[in-house]
Amino acid sequence: MNVLVCVKRVPLTGGRITLTDDQRALSTKHLGFTVSPHEECAVEEAVQIIEREGGTVTVLTLGPSEAEEQLRDMMAIGADRAIHLVSDEEWDAQGTAAAIVAAIQGDETAHELILFGNESADAGNYQVAIRVAHALQRPVITGVKALAFDLDPAHPRAICEQEVAGGRDVYEVPLPAVVAVKEGINLPRYPSVPGRLRATRKPVDASSPPRPAAQLEMVRLVLPPDSGKQVQVLGRGPEAAPAVVEILGELGVL
Amino acid sequence: MGVLVFVENVEDELAAQALTFARGIGDGAVAPVTISGDYAPAAWGQTLADIATERSLDAVVAAGTERGNEVLAHAAAILDQPFSANTTAFTPGSPPTVTRVRWGGSLLEEAVLHASTPLMTVAPHAVVPDGNPVAAETVAPSHHALAVAPTKRVGATSTDVSLQDAPVVVSGGRGVGSAEGFAIIEELAGLLGGAVGCSRAVTSAGWRPHTDQVGQTGTKVAPDLYIACGISGATQHMAGCKGAKKLLAINADGEASIFAHADYGVIGDLHEILPAIAAEIRKPRGA
Amino acid sequence: MSSPSASLPASQSIVIIGAGIVGNSLAYHLTRLGQRDITLIDKGPLPNPGGSTGHASNFIFPVDHSKEMTQLTLESMRQYKELGVFIESGGIEVARGEARMQELQRRVSSAISWGIEPVSIISPQEVRELVPYIDERLIVGGFYTPGAGVVDSLRAATIMRERAQQAGLTVAANTEVLGLDVEGGRIRRVRTTRGDIEAERVVIACGCWSPKLARMAGASIPLTPAVHQMIDIGPVPRFADAKGMIEYPIIRDVDTNMYERQEGTGLEIGSYAHRPIMMDAEEIPSIEESALSPTELPFTQGDFDPQMEIALELMPEIVGDESVGVKYAINGLLSVTYDGLPLLGETPEVRGLWSAAAIWIKEGPGAGKTVAELMVHGESEIDVYESNIARAYPSMKTRRHVQARAGEGFNKMYGIVHPAEQWESDRGVRLPPFHERERALGAVFYEAAGWERPVWYEANAGLLDEYGDRIARREAEWEARWWSPIINAEHLAMRDRAAIVDLTAFAIFDVSGPAALDTVQRLAMRQMDVPVGRVVYTPILTPGGTFKQDLTIMRMAEDRFRVVTGGAYGMSDLKWFRDHLPQDGSAQVHDQTSAWTTLGLWGPRARDVLASVARGDVSHDGFPFAHWRSLEIGPLEVLASRISYVGDLGWELYVPMEQGARLWDLLWEAGEPHGMIAAGSGVYGTTGRLEKGYRAYGAELDGEYNVVEAGMAWGSVKAEDFVGKPAHVAHREEDPAARMCTLTVEDHTSSSGVKRYMLGKEPILTRDGRPITDRRGRRSYVTSAGSAPSLGRYLLMSYLPPEHARIGEELLVQYMGERYPVTVRSIDATSLFDPDNSRIRR
Repeated sequence: MNVLVCVKRVPLTGGRITLTDDQRALSTKHLGFTVSPHEECAVEEAVQIIEREGGTVTVLTLGPSEAEEQLRDMMAIGADRAIHLVSDEEWDAQGTAAAIVAAIQGDETAHELILFGNESADAGNYQVAIRVAHALQRPVITGVKALAFDLDPAHPRAICEQEVAGGRDVYEVPLPAVVAVKEGINLPRYPSVPGRLRATRKPVDASSPPRPAAQLEMVRLVLPPDSGKQVQVLGRGPEAAPAVVEILGELGVL
Repeated sequence: MGVLVFVENVEDELAAQALTFARGIGDGAVAPVTISGDYAPAAWGQTLADIATERSLDAVVAAGTERGNEVLAHAAAILDQPFSANTTAFTPGSPPTVTRVRWGGSLLEEAVLHASTPLMTVAPHAVVPDGNPVAAETVAPSHHALAVAPTKRVGATSTDVSLQDAPVVVSGGRGVGSAEGFAIIEELAGLLGGAVGCSRAVTSAGWRPHTDQVGQTGTKVAPDLYIACGISGATQHMAGCKGAKKLLAINADGEASIFAHADYGVIGDLHEILPAIAAEIRKPRGA
Repeated sequence: MSSPSASLPASQSIVIIGAGIVGNSLAYHLTRLGQRDITLIDKGPLPNPGGSTGHASNFIFPVDHSKEMTQLTLESMRQYKELGVFIESGGIEVARGEARMQELQRRVSSAISWGIEPVSIISPQEVRELVPYIDERLIVGGFYTPGAGVVDSLRAATIMRERAQQAGLTVAANTEVLGLDVEGGRIRRVRTTRGDIEAERVVIACGCWSPKLARMAGASIPLTPAVHQMIDIGPVPRFADAKGMIEYPIIRDVDTNMYERQEGTGLEIGSYAHRPIMMDAEEIPSIEESALSPTELPFTQGDFDPQMEIALELMPEIVGDESVGVKYAINGLLSVTYDGLPLLGETPEVRGLWSAAAIWIKEGPGAGKTVAELMVHGESEIDVYESNIARAYPSMKTRRHVQARAGEGFNKMYGIVHPAEQWESDRGVRLPPFHERERALGAVFYEAAGWERPVWYEANAGLLDEYGDRIARREAEWEARWWSPIINAEHLAMRDRAAIVDLTAFAIFDVSGPAALDTVQRLAMRQMDVPVGRVVYTPILTPGGTFKQDLTIMRMAEDRFRVVTGGAYGMSDLKWFRDHLPQDGSAQVHDQTSAWTTLGLWGPRARDVLASVARGDVSHDGFPFAHWRSLEIGPLEVLASRISYVGDLGWELYVPMEQGARLWDLLWEAGEPHGMIAAGSGVYGTTGRLEKGYRAYGAELDGEYNVVEAGMAWGSVKAEDFVGKPAHVAHREEDPAARMCTLTVEDHTSSSGVKRYMLGKEPILTRDGRPITDRRGRRSYVTSAGSAPSLGRYLLMSYLPPEHARIGEELLVQYMGERYPVTVRSIDATSLFDPDNSRIRR
C-alpha cells in the first residue's frame, strides 16, 4: 500500500509562549521544531502499515524551507520520500487543502491511504483532511485511534476506530480513503542513527505553489488574558498535608 | 435570513453557548437543527450545506465539539466556504472578523472572514449562555456519496472512573520520575474517588498509557479539582486541564509555570508530600 | 509567585549566586572553613536549577598537560569519591593515526609528571577487550586511564549544599538576581526578586550566565556560552543487563573530537567537532521559555550528521542497531573562555565581587575549595595563577576576542596542541611601536599578553652559515614546529656582539605616595629601602612563602617605585599590589603599561653601541649594575636600567610608547658598525636565560615551591615585615624538600635514530626508571627545556629531592615513550654559562 502522510512544522513550546514583534507568529528564537503530535503518530502508523503490508510512505508538508528538517525527521523513522511545498507565508485551511490536493494529483504515486493528524498543534483548524477528502472524492474518518485493514483485492477496506464518549465507533471505509488520526493510536518510535543517516539521502521533491488569497485571514495573534489567578501556597513539603486536606474538605471532594 | 445552528444535543450546555453565540450574529434570528439517525459526518455536513443554501442563511454555527468541528468542516468543504473552528468572538463588518483559539487555548488568533456563508464553531465556555431555552428542529440527513457511518460501537475497556468525567483528577508529570512512582498518584486518586492523569512527557517515556494523557493532544478534562503533581505546566498540558474548576499544583520548583495557573500550591518533593496527604486523609476526622 | 518561605536575610557576609556544582561546592567549603552568614541564591529550582551541571556528561579523565587543571581535577575526584558519587569506569583515548599515538605518549609523560598512575598505552586488541563493541580496526592504539570515571554532579552538589545548610547556610532557590549594587568600587548589595541582601562579598558562580551577572556590577567575567552537542541512544541490547550507571570504559575518539560512553542501557555520544555555536549570556532563554532547560537548547541535527557517521563506523554493533533510537539530543550550553582556563578570584573591577566561573564538572569541587581558600586565607592549596580572573587585559575581555578565541579553542578541545602553538584568530591587537621595523626584518610573531612579539627574525638566517655546526638542528617535526635554528644563531650573535630585544610586553606600574616605600617593602621579599636610582630584582611571596611573582622594582624617587613584571601575569600582579595598598590612600598604584615601551640591549658590544648614541656616563663605574639612570639618546629622554635576563652586559631602555620607533632607529644605526642584530624572545625567554639558570615565573616559580627550594634565598632576611616572611624564615631553617637543578641531556638519540628534544613537563626518572617524588609528594618534572648554544648543550631544569640533587647525579627523562640519560649539572642558581657573572659585571 502507498501511504501519504501530511505533516506540519510547529515549534516545540515551553512553559510560556511569546510573540514576535509583529504579533503574527510565535517567537521561536529559543525553540526547537517538531511536527504536531497527532501527525508524528500518523507517520508511525504509516510506517507500521508498510512494514506489515509492503508499499511506500511519502511525507508531505507545506511550510518554510526549514520544514525540510521535519521531513528528514519523518524519513528518519521510516518514510521513504518527501514532498515539500515550500512557502514562508501563512496559509489558511482552504488554501492548504487545495495545495495538498494539487500535489497529490500531480504525484506519480497513487496513494491508497492519505493520513493526517486530527488537527494541527498550532492552528487547530480541524478541516484540512476533510477538505482534501472532498476534493479527491474519497471517504474520510477523523479522530481515529486504531486502524486496521482488510485488503481483499476486490474490496480493500480500512477499519477505523474513533474515540467517542463511552466507547469507540468502528467505521469501515473502502480504499482509497483519507484518515485523520489522534495521538495514542501508537507510540512513535525514536529514530535510529542509521535511520537518521538514511534520511539525509532520501529524496525530497520541493516546489513552491502560489498561495491563493486567504478566506480566513489571520490578522494577528493575541496572548489570552492572564487568568489573574493568585496561587495560595499551602506550604512546603509534607508539613503542608493538613492544609491540603482542609482545602479538599472545603471543595467537597473528600 | 438568520443563522443555522447545528445542535448535537439540546441538553448540552455547549449547545446553549453555541445558540447564544449565533444570536449575536446579524439580527439575532437562529435556526437550530438536530439531525436524525446515526452519526454520519459527511451526510450531516451535506444536510447543513443544503439547509443553509435552501434557506439562504447567513452563517452556520455549532459547538466546538469533536462532532461540531467535524460536521461543519464537511459543510464548509461542500460549500467551499471558510470555517473558523473554536471561535470565541465574532465582530460584524464587511468583512467580519473573528477571534479563535490556537494552540489549544494558549493563544488567540484574530482573523478576517472573507465568506458569503461563514461557518464557525464556538470554543467551549467562550460564551455565557443567554438563558433562552434550547430547542431544535429535527431534520432528516441528506445523501452524500461518500458518507460513512459507524458499523458498530465497542465499549470502553476501562472500568475505572473515566478521566473525562472524574470529579477529581490526580495527574503526574516528569517529576514523578518513573512508572513505579505513579503508585502514590494512584493511591491518592483512589482515596478521592478520582482518576489518574499524566502529562505528555510521561506517555512519551512509556510510564503510562496514552489514555491517561491530559493535554492538547490527549484528553481534555473538567473536574472539580485537578491535582497536578510534578507537572511543569507546559502549554500543551494546560490546554487539557484548563476546564478544571480548581487546580492544586505540587511541584519542587516554586517558579514552575504550573503555579501561574494554580489556585493552590504546595512546594516540595511530591514523593514526600503525596504520602503525607494520603495519611492525613486516612486520619479519623473530628477527633 | 510570592515566596512561601521566610524572607531573605537583610545582610550577609557572603552571597553566592548560582547553585550548580561550583556554587554548592563553594558554599560547603566556606562553611567548612568557618565562614558564617552565607546565602546561596539561584533563579532556578533545586536540585537542578537548569544550568550546565544539570545536563553535563559528568565524566572525568584526570590527565591534562596543564598542572593547574590536573590538580583541580584530582582534588575534585578526591571530593567526588568522598561524597560517594564517583564510579570508576576507566577511560580510553583512542588514536586513529601515528600523530595521535605520539600525543598519547605525551599524555603518559604528563600523567607521570602529575602523579596519575597507572596509565598505559594499549593495543587496538586490548581496547577491544575492554570495550567489546568498538571496531578496533579503525584505531592504532589507546591511552588507558583506569582511574577515569563518571560522577553524579547534581547529587554531589546536593550533598555539599545540605552539609553547608547544617552549618547555617541559607538557601534561596527560585530567586533571581535583578541587580548588583556597587558603592565606592565595592560590592554592597544583591537585589533579587525576593528582596535585597546587603553583602560584604558576592561570588558569581553562574556558569554561562556569569557575564550577565558581572555586567550588573560593571565588572567583566570574560567567557561565552557555547554549544556542545550530545545525544543519548538506547536501549542497547548489549547493555540490557547493565546493573550500574557505567560498566565499560569511556571512549574518547579524540581524532574526531568525540566521545562515546555507556550510561545504563544507553550510549551517550558527544561532540566538539561541530562548528562553534556561541551566544551571549543575555540571550540564554528563561526557564519559562525553554522547552527543556535554559542550557539544553534545541538540537541542530545538521551539525551532528557527520558525527553520527563517525560513531556508526566506530561502534557499528550499537550505533548501527536499527532498534536503538535517539532518545535525547541537545545543544547543551557550557562555558568557554578565550584561553581555555577558568576565571577564579576577585574581579579586578569591583572589590568584594568574586568570580568562580568557566569551570566544568571535572574541576567543580576543586575549584569550589580553591576559591573558598582564596576568600578566607588569601591563598589556596592549589595555586591557580593561570586561572586568576585578574589576568585578562582589557582587549581580552571584549566580546569579539572571547568569541573568536573560544571558537578557535572549541575544536581544539581534543586536539593535539603543541606547547608553543599560536592562536590564529583576533591577532594584531597590541602592536609595539617597532612593529613595522620587525616585520621588515622578517619577524616571526608569537602572541605575548596580547602583544605581537618577535620570536626570531628570518632576516638573521644568514647567521646560520656564520655559526654552522654550533647550531643543532631539530630532526623531528614535532620539536621543529614553532621553532627555528635562527633562535640559536641570534643567541650566539648576541653573545659575540650585541642584540636588541623587544620587551614591550612588560607590564609596568608605579607605586607612589607617602606610603609607597611601606607598600613595596611589605610585598617584596628583598630590601626596598634603597637609594633612588637602584633596581631590585625580588621575589613577591604568597603568605605561605611560595612565589606570587618575581619582578624588578626601580626606586624612582623617595616616594615612588616603578614595578616591571612579565606581561603574562602583569594584570594579576597589578591587582596584588592594589590589594595591598594602605586603606588610608597614602599610596597609589598607577598602571603605566601602555605608556612605556622597552628595548633590551645586551651583548659584549652593548656599551659601545650605547656610548655611541647616549649622552651620559655608561661606564661600569659610572653606571653600575642594578642601577637606573636617565640618558639622552638623540632627542629622547631614555630611562636606562642596567640589568639582564640573558646574562650579558646591557640595559633595558624605556621610552614613552610613541618614541619607541625612534629609539629603535637610533640604536639600529648605532649598532650597525658593531654587528648588532635584533633578537627575538626565543633568546630572551629560553636560550639566554637557561644558560644562566634564570628561573621563570610560571615554569620554575609558582605557588607550589618556596624561595629556598628555588635556590633564590641568597643574602639575609630583611628586618622589615613582608608578606610570606614567617613562612620564608621557616623555610630557611628546614631542609628543602626539593632543589631547583639544571641538567644536561647526555644523549638525544631515540630508538629510531632520530635526535629528540624535550619541550617541558616531561617526568624525570631514576636510572632504573622510577618516578621521583619529594617528601611533599611533588613529582620531579622538566620545568623548562631548551638549547644552551654557547655551551653546545641542551638543558633541562627540574626540582629534585635532596637525594638526587647532587652534581653528577645520573637520571633519565621520559619523552614520547622513550627514556634519555640526563645528568645534574647545577643544584643552585649557579649558571652553567659564565658562572661568575663576569660578562654582566664589567
